[in-house]
Amino acid sequence: MKAMGEMLLRQESFSEIVMGNTALVRSMVEAGTRVITAYPGSPTPEIATAIGSIPRQRRPFYFEFSINEKVATEVAFGAALNGHLSTVFFKSVGLNVAADTFVQLSLMNLIGGMVVVLGDDPGANSSQNEQDNRHLARMAYTPVLEPADPAEVYRFYRAAADLARKRCMPVILRLTTHVCHAKQKVAFDGWRPSEPDNTPRFDPANGSYIPLAHMVAPKKTRALANLAAAEEELAGLNTRVDNGERRRGVITSGLPYLSLLDAIGAAVQKPDILKLGLVYPLARRQVADFLRSHRQVKVLEELDDILEHEIKALAFDEKIDVEIVGKTDTGDWIGEYTPDKTAAVLGSLWPELVTLPASAVEAQVPERPPQLCPGCGHRSAFFAVKQALSRDDITVADIGCHTLGYLPPYEIGQVLACMGASTGIGSGLALFNDRRPVVVFLGDSTFFHAGLPGIVNALFNRHDITLILMENGTTAMTGHQDHPASGRNFNDVTDVIPVRQVLEGLGVKNLYETDAYRQAELVDLVRRAVADDAFAVVIARHPCMLKFTREQRRKPDYRPRRVAVDPQTCDRRHVCIARFGCPTFSRGPDGAVAVNPDLCIGDGSCVQTCPVKAISPAKSS
Amino acid sequence: MSVFNIYLIGVGGQGIGLLSEIILRAADHAGHPVRAVDTHGLAQRGGSVVSQIRLGAAAHSPLIRAGEAHLVVALERHEALRAVARMARPGGTLVYYDTVWQPLPVRLGRDQEVSAAAVAEACRRRRVSPLRVRVDDLPEARMQNMAVLACLHRRGLIPGLSEAHYMTAMADLMAGDMLARNRRIFQTATTG
Repeated sequence: MKAMGEMLLRQESFSEIVMGNTALVRSMVEAGTRVITAYPGSPTPEIATAIGSIPRQRRPFYFEFSINEKVATEVAFGAALNGHLSTVFFKSVGLNVAADTFVQLSLMNLIGGMVVVLGDDPGANSSQNEQDNRHLARMAYTPVLEPADPAEVYRFYRAAADLARKRCMPVILRLTTHVCHAKQKVAFDGWRPSEPDNTPRFDPANGSYIPLAHMVAPKKTRALANLAAAEEELAGLNTRVDNGERRRGVITSGLPYLSLLDAIGAAVQKPDILKLGLVYPLARRQVADFLRSHRQVKVLEELDDILEHEIKALAFDEKIDVEIVGKTDTGDWIGEYTPDKTAAVLGSLWPELVTLPASAVEAQVPERPPQLCPGCGHRSAFFAVKQALSRDDITVADIGCHTLGYLPPYEIGQVLACMGASTGIGSGLALFNDRRPVVVFLGDSTFFHAGLPGIVNALFNRHDITLILMENGTTAMTGHQDHPASGRNFNDVTDVIPVRQVLEGLGVKNLYETDAYRQAELVDLVRRAVADDAFAVVIARHPCMLKFTREQRRKPDYRPRRVAVDPQTCDRRHVCIARFGCPTFSRGPDGAVAVNPDLCIGDGSCVQTCPVKAISPAKSS
Repeated sequence: MSVFNIYLIGVGGQGIGLLSEIILRAADHAGHPVRAVDTHGLAQRGGSVVSQIRLGAAAHSPLIRAGEAHLVVALERHEALRAVARMARPGGTLVYYDTVWQPLPVRLGRDQEVSAAAVAEACRRRRVSPLRVRVDDLPEARMQNMAVLACLHRRGLIPGLSEAHYMTAMADLMAGDMLARNRRIFQTATTG
């Protein structure tokens, strides 16, 4: 078996099939990155999986999952001030959380250098929006590199790290979902480990590191000078594909470049292509040359029209006689530029260059949205909460697996914005509202990430809402990362910060707690909490059963457990299948309920839901 | 070689990641240039999950265009129909494990379960050859992916891949008892 951790530290050069996230870790090793921080979020958690495959003692760097993206950025920032090359990574919307710190970075003399790795998500595969973080990069005068595949992830991180270290500045490596998760064979260089230099080199004389009014202008001058330097030094990451076509050219970047190659694969005369690796700032000389040598240039740009505006402005300034075609349709702004989408976008301008996507055969296939896993404590909680609430009550969800509660049969969590927002939104919904109780939800990982300020505010300003804290002991949605109440951090055992004690310490007086599987008790507690004339919290705890079941399966004495439905007793009221909603239950054409043995884990949380007691633990086979 | 596209689909939790990684590595051992991508994130929790593998130097993006999959591999019947209808290339092949994990609308009684006949009909209209796999004596459901792999190998459905390529790829990814059990299914499963 090939061991990933061994591969990532190999000293001789080698080739291996890796995903973009893994290629990044090898690049960080080779670059001599000393401090890496992160907060888990798709599409980036597998970066940490690769890091975790290296035994802690052998890691040539320090890594931590910080409690949120802002703190992660600050830890990496501090390390860079001491002279360590540092890197922070997180998902697209993580940059919103980190923004207050992030926008300062380019103003600072980061003597170690710092790379910010973003996992943007065009198409919003697993995010609340598909925001284009190039906007924030521009606001913060920070250069952006955009690789198209794992081989470029490896190469571009090195380029980013080299410049960051040389000019003591931040550089962004902007990945997107299908660059992070793409797999290909990458040729890696050798690696010669060097003796780590742990000298704390922080010196105030390297600053100023204080935002004094008279220092703002020189700091901004420095950021702009670094940006200009990036334009010179990183323009070599751009490539020009000459197809001998002087009429038509395409300027593009990242994964859309590969989509373009597929979309025009059958074209007789392919357009020339300028593929940008450096997407901010624009390499003006290269772009101007490309514009001058073509009559019509298409800017093929995923998400927003940032390149388009800069390229048009450049053509105007340089008085270049060229037709530039950017976005022509609202749809051009939306969604991932897959090969099919790219063919459609390009085809609206040059129909003869592309083949359009094949149409589908008509087929009725029921949708399959993600589901709470068999045994999930959130299912028991939602089943109980729904009984405790009235139809008119307002429910607000937060980020985490429990967002799936919005689906039938629960339909709980009718508002959802972003990390930690539920308590604040709920507080607003409770104003001038003494008729419709407001119930908000929060997971335990999000509690620590960004949930606390909303809770403190609810207490401070006496908002009368009910918070249901879904405590499952892990960061489940992103792959079971530990959090402050787990008793472990990424590296070691650590002191538990118990959610309940934090709430007590804050002064929550109406505090209830039960295991989510105790559904009847939970119904009662939620009713009491809603009736309370003050901010109330119900902790509905149950360990993540996906994590638990995986751990059980690894044990030598593991015995699978299941439930069975007695067909004689079952009166086909379908509470288990249509109201409790465990995916284990299936419905026969005659309405009979069956248990799918491939799915059932035998947790038994369903047994209590059956009004005629037709469900019972199955005898082991 | 020209491009050969493999579109794999299943339900989160069925082991599609391991299946696609074995095929990807076997193809690499056979000397094909490879590009691939998997679904990660929340969709893995019981939703439709997809892996895409593209062989050949002319494959650039890891994402397959609609109607361009030479081979569709499905681990569940509803997903087989979903993928054939949108992704299969006329003249291609569908290999699917015929088990049913009912999607939410079916369980709620709001929609009909997809029948094997509906899969066959979609294949006929798309001019795709269907191969149904079902093994009744598997030690556990999570090994259905190995039965499908055995079918792919025995029917020679992926150009240039031999048993040795598959076996080496499995050894890249697994060890000990897990490797032995999966290899046994791969070599002995009666896949029809």
